[in-house]
Amino acid sequence: MSSGSSARSGGLDDEAGRRILLQSIVELTRSLFGARACSIMSYDPGSRELIFEAVAGEGADTLVGRRISARTGLAGWALASEEPIAVSDVRHDPRFAREVAEETGYVPTAITVYPLLHDEGSLGVLNVLDQSASERVGLADMEALGRIATHTAAVLALVQGARGAEPGQDEFTRLRARLSAARPGQRAAAADALDALRRLLES
Amino acid sequence: MDSGVDGDHPRVGGVTDAVVVSESADGDLVVTADEDGDAYGHGTACAAIVRQLAPDCELGSVRVLGGELTGAGPILLRGLEWAIEQGFEVINLSLSTTKSRFIEKLHELADRAYFKGSLLVASAHNMPVESFPWRFPAVISVGSHSGHGHHEYYVNPDPPVEFVAPGVDLDLAWLGGGTIQATGNSFATPYIAGLAALVLAKHPGLRPFEVKTALRCASSNVRSAA
Repeated sequence: MSSGSSARSGGLDDEAGRRILLQSIVELTRSLFGARACSIMSYDPGSRELIFEAVAGEGADTLVGRRISARTGLAGWALASEEPIAVSDVRHDPRFAREVAEETGYVPTAITVYPLLHDEGSLGVLNVLDQSASERVGLADMEALGRIATHTAAVLALVQGARGAEPGQDEFTRLRARLSAARPGQRAAAADALDALRRLLES
Repeated sequence: MDSGVDGDHPRVGGVTDAVVVSESADGDLVVTADEDGDAYGHGTACAAIVRQLAPDCELGSVRVLGGELTGAGPILLRGLEWAIEQGFEVINLSLSTTKSRFIEKLHELADRAYFKGSLLVASAHNMPVESFPWRFPAVISVGSHSGHGHHEYYVNPDPPVEFVAPGVDLDLAWLGGGTIQATGNSFATPYIAGLAALVLAKHPGLRPFEVKTALRCASSNVRSAA
């Protein structure tokens, strides 16, 4: 979906509205940092994969909905460690380059990945690819991206909560979404309940 | 404590002990020998930074990242508990958690490490979120600066971030014996961990607060002021 999409939106109540909201973030971030691409990925704990939710620039027409493993790679590390990382010559990592090329068709030179932290958990990651070639990612950029990532995480939580409330979702998905949208004081109990349910289902 | 370490990487120069924390079939968290090395590359980068600063140190690896994300908190706690039990003098934590339900136990472990003589060095967050353990006073917290000078690090007069060390555009060891250029507080942290190891090599038996004081006195801004 392009930034100029004319899809009618009912806000968070319909998927088109959610897509426009997420797309606006990646378009803005890409513009601010002069990047070749920017993307938001959400984490699916069931499959341990990251899903492209919104993409601006390179890959915008093909990547939304695609999944990559969260078990490896820079995005996987940022997600697991809850720490950001910026790599300026990612092609020197042969495994990363091969996997990304196979999965996305585009191999960046530089990538900055921020975890999307919301209510005590990683919901996904924000990727900025090939920031303006004349400048490397500095501390001021990292701080600004941190604030954008925090905003993005709050939006993604709302989107996931709205999706989970839709009719037609299976019970577990709806429960997970509702628990994800729980107030901070409820999150610890909600996470424990989810862990217990997952163990039960896997036993 | 990280994503594992590739001990064969030329910049790492071997790992004495490598373990992984995982969940057994009956749900217990177990610490076993790690045969898989580094899941992401990050642990190898951090280990190589420590090796560069303290070439003769013994390096251990506790892999706590790369498993199920939902179990990451308990795995981190068990790994830290194990490392303290083993008596590692310096424990590098280039990670943090935002999960409040783990804070109490994490705080207890940080205090246990402090009194047992294990120095915890942890990455500060540069995002506007509450995360731990770097905020605990018993821990040395580390942020980044963009310099690349020899032993160029600074004490921060405005905590909770206590030290800033090189963390921008660094040449780092990575997977497959290769290198990458990268930026992050998580790479500044092993810089301070390596210097702490150097201090302890020269003055064995120093308590964590003494090491922290020595690092403060030897920091670039304090030295230049003197």
